[in-house]
Amino acid sequence: MTLTPVQFRLNGEEKAEFVPSGTTLIAMLREKIGITSPKIGCYQGACGACTVLVDGEPQVACLTLAETCEGKSIETVEGLPKGTEFHALQRAFMENYAAQCGFCTSGMLMSAKALLDKNPNPTREDVIDAICGNICRCTGYEPIINAILAAAGNRGPGRSSSRSA
Amino acid sequence: MPVALKTYDRLRDAVAALGSETGSRYLGGGTLLVRNLIEGSVQASSMIRSTERSMTEIRPAGGRITVGAGVTMAQIAAHPDLKFLAPVARTIGGPAIRNMATVGGNLFAPYPYGDFAVAMLALEATVSVQSGYSPRDTALDEFLLSADRGNRAVVAAITFRRPESDRAFRYVKMSRTHPKGASVVSIAAHLPASGGRLSSPRVAYGAMAPTAIRAKAVEAALNGKTLDEAGIAQALAVATEGCHPQTDPFASDWYRREVLPVYLKRLLLS
Repeated sequence: MTLTPVQFRLNGEEKAEFVPSGTTLIAMLREKIGITSPKIGCYQGACGACTVLVDGEPQVACLTLAETCEGKSIETVEGLPKGTEFHALQRAFMENYAAQCGFCTSGMLMSAKALLDKNPNPTREDVIDAICGNICRCTGYEPIINAILAAAGNRGPGRSSSRSA
Repeated sequence: MPVALKTYDRLRDAVAALGSETGSRYLGGGTLLVRNLIEGSVQASSMIRSTERSMTEIRPAGGRITVGAGVTMAQIAAHPDLKFLAPVARTIGGPAIRNMATVGGNLFAPYPYGDFAVAMLALEATVSVQSGYSPRDTALDEFLLSADRGNRAVVAAITFRRPESDRAFRYVKMSRTHPKGASVVSIAAHLPASGGRLSSPRVAYGAMAPTAIRAKAVEAALNGKTLDEAGIAQALAVATEGCHPQTDPFASDWYRREVLPVYLKRLLLS
């Protein structure tokens, strides 16, 4: 089997891996490197559970080939905390009860990070568009939307609405 | 075992490799081919792609705009010269898919997908197809029905008309999941007017036939008419002419025929 070298930056650190040509990004992250926050849900690009940021933009890691990430920056949930300090989005997800089973949470967080990095003051519609490719079967989305708005400092209906959702 | 990826700097070298390697497939953004390979609906001996710069360029030139086949939906949505197409691009997948899905790939999207092609049909698009060592141009409506979609040719770029005004171009998509679900029906229209009357309008549908199609009966019925209830009455009467919608998990063929005139009316009178 021919292995292909791939060099990239993962959560701020330079990385180099050898992978079989045609390996998907999620397979490299999970099976070669041990980065398990991106989840394998549909493996069709439909559920968003595998969303990571490639050069700051969200992509589904299940349909992205590792070789196409040569020289690029990849961000996952593992890179969100600074030391023992959670990212504002992670805190907001906890405070707003935005995770139930948690399977979609990694993808939601990365989609939300891509939004807030570009648009620190999003409207509710901006948030809905940002996560429209991420499926959640537990929460009904409202607590997630509220959490992202809370992280941005734009408190929407807030915690009481989340609890009653 | 993954299917190997081969990358070529020049598109013509990629096309040559595609022609010489039995079972190879061209890779655009990966949202169709990689997905199909994973689910097993497509077999391939290798994936071939090109990183030629022109494939990712957007080149406005007077009344026509050329977009490389590798331009993504996110790039279309963000480009200042393509504001009229942003509403189309934003209905194609969520942000992660829009960052990957390409203009060229959308021409190959299976029913009921392929909404960008609908907009392109309304804007008199031509497709630049690289086959062998020289590109050739084909009208999009011919390309969608031609054998080129299934053979060794690769789309290099698509060129389309800049609408007379942003308001002259209109687009609507009905889907079960907003804003990015598969189409129940999508409609795009370019409605140039002269003296308050439509002049050579173009109307196209998605999900009303195996590929995106032009609504030629509607175009003929609208030509020279005004955009009001009386002016569009005949167009609505012939709205489903030439349509062969399918039944799928999103809608029945009957429902698509019923709902099409409703959305066409809204689009024309909006």
